[in-house]
Amino acid sequence: MTHAAHHPATKPFRKRFADAAEPYLYSAPALILIVAVMLVPLVLGISYAFRDIQLLNPFSGRFIGLDHFRALGQDQAFFRALRNTLWWTGASVFLQFVFGLILALLLDKPFAGRGLAQALCFLPWAVPSFLAGLNWAWLFNPVIGPLPHWMYAFGILDAPNNILSDPQLAMWGPIIANVWWGIPFFAITLLAALQAIPRDLYEAASIDGAGPVQRFISITLPFLAPTIAITILLRTVWISNFADLIVVMTNGGPADRTQIVASYIFTQAFKRLDFGYASAIALVLLVLLLVYSLLIVLLRQTLLNKD
Amino acid sequence: MRTRQLAFTVAHRLAILAYIVFALFPLFWLLKVSVTPNDLLYSEGVRMWPSRATLEHYTFVIAHSAFPTFFKNSLIVAGSTAVTVTILASLAGYALSRFRFRAKYWIVALMLITQMFPLVMLVAPIFKMLSPLGLTNSLTGLVIVYTAFNVPFATFLMQSFFDGIPKDLEEAAMIDGATQFIAFRQIILPLTLPGIAATLGFVFTAAWSELLFALMLISGNDAATFPVGLLTFVSKFSVDFGQMMAAGILALIPACLFFLLIQRYLVQGLTAGAVKG
Repeated sequence: MTHAAHHPATKPFRKRFADAAEPYLYSAPALILIVAVMLVPLVLGISYAFRDIQLLNPFSGRFIGLDHFRALGQDQAFFRALRNTLWWTGASVFLQFVFGLILALLLDKPFAGRGLAQALCFLPWAVPSFLAGLNWAWLFNPVIGPLPHWMYAFGILDAPNNILSDPQLAMWGPIIANVWWGIPFFAITLLAALQAIPRDLYEAASIDGAGPVQRFISITLPFLAPTIAITILLRTVWISNFADLIVVMTNGGPADRTQIVASYIFTQAFKRLDFGYASAIALVLLVLLLVYSLLIVLLRQTLLNKD
Repeated sequence: MRTRQLAFTVAHRLAILAYIVFALFPLFWLLKVSVTPNDLLYSEGVRMWPSRATLEHYTFVIAHSAFPTFFKNSLIVAGSTAVTVTILASLAGYALSRFRFRAKYWIVALMLITQMFPLVMLVAPIFKMLSPLGLTNSLTGLVIVYTAFNVPFATFLMQSFFDGIPKDLEEAAMIDGATQFIAFRQIILPLTLPGIAATLGFVFTAAWSELLFALMLISGNDAATFPVGLLTFVSKFSVDFGQMMAAGILALIPACLFFLLIQRYLVQGLTAGAVKG
């Protein structure tokens, strides 16, 4: 490209056209696939939100305008799911971030066997999500899992019961499974960002007499801030859409206490085969997530401009 | 000062050890259940290790179930997806890393939006689109769908690897008369091998564990991948947990192996991207 920029006048039209087309040629295969397999179905899916689509009903499919959204406005289960989504996403992201940051800081120090330790710490990420869900459901079951007995012994529980069937505590089950599964993602991205911080900054700060806490606050955190912001944004969106663990572990129960919007969509689509209504809910969730992302991006812009 | 340092080191190692125990304990439990004989499953449910261990679940799963077929299907699907995604993402990531062009902003926006919405929303439309093409109930259909789902993140990942490689390298080659594509293929790609390994492994693990679309698009045993197959254990063998966990452990092996091999490149690659900011 720079080569081309030196003498644009001498270039024949065909060469200039080829130069301009080059980036498009590189990205075309990926783009065509994304448009065909994701964007087109997305538009179709959005159109379903305004139609009566029931998979097993051959007479369905007509256009019904905003009926689904009116029904949604009356749907108490949906609003409960929305509140549960906030709780599920907030707690999961917060705990994953805190423990991910601690783990990244621990792994950032050189020590013998660090490669192995790092590999083992990151291993949960490789476990298929539904297998992780099944496995944690086992661990929480007092008949075949040790966790209720341990929690009873430590006085966290009054009796060694399954927290997944306790309406007050059930949400903690999937959250803990999710934290276990998702810490590596935060740790990997934060560790990468940590390793990019120039080491001499720390040395200079030490010479100036800064303690470890001071160094962390005035060097590490500012350097990590952009990574933290983008990772939290991406993970929030991703976790609000992530229904696997809840579907496998509690299926939204007991009494809908763990039903989040994503698992509610799943239930509508696969148990009731009502794809129209499921699409309408998904559309609302999509809009909420877009608004959230936009707010975060705007907030980041104003913060950056202030400096 | 010495003792403080020592105390700090000990605390550091203990914290790492505690986390490793937390990370591995659920996997250990999976292993424990898979070697527990059926008659001890509930009576010794809470013991750390059964008084009598057995490999019978493993031999049953390998010799008498459709699991080898599921395993082979998953290997084909995850392998083809990983290779296809890596090729497409290298090309697209290179374009985003090295060229300034008008549509770049829109391409990034499009890829970010694909990460936003619940994929459940796509199940019905994709089923309706693939079915007339004969791509439902086929491994090819799954590969196409998984490839599309994984390309956006893989593209960002590859872009960060390319960003970490100085531009002067291909500029020098181009002054010597090579086209940009030749410079890309012969100079830049070999330098990004760690990045390619990371992307391959990342996509392989993701495709290996996908359940939702495999469940919707595949109906027979012949084309079932292992997550779908694992669920058939629930119905067919009246929830034989021992066999199910044995199958789960076997299925974990390729994903974990792949992941162990690539995880350090994942950190490296993200670092390379971060350096350039």
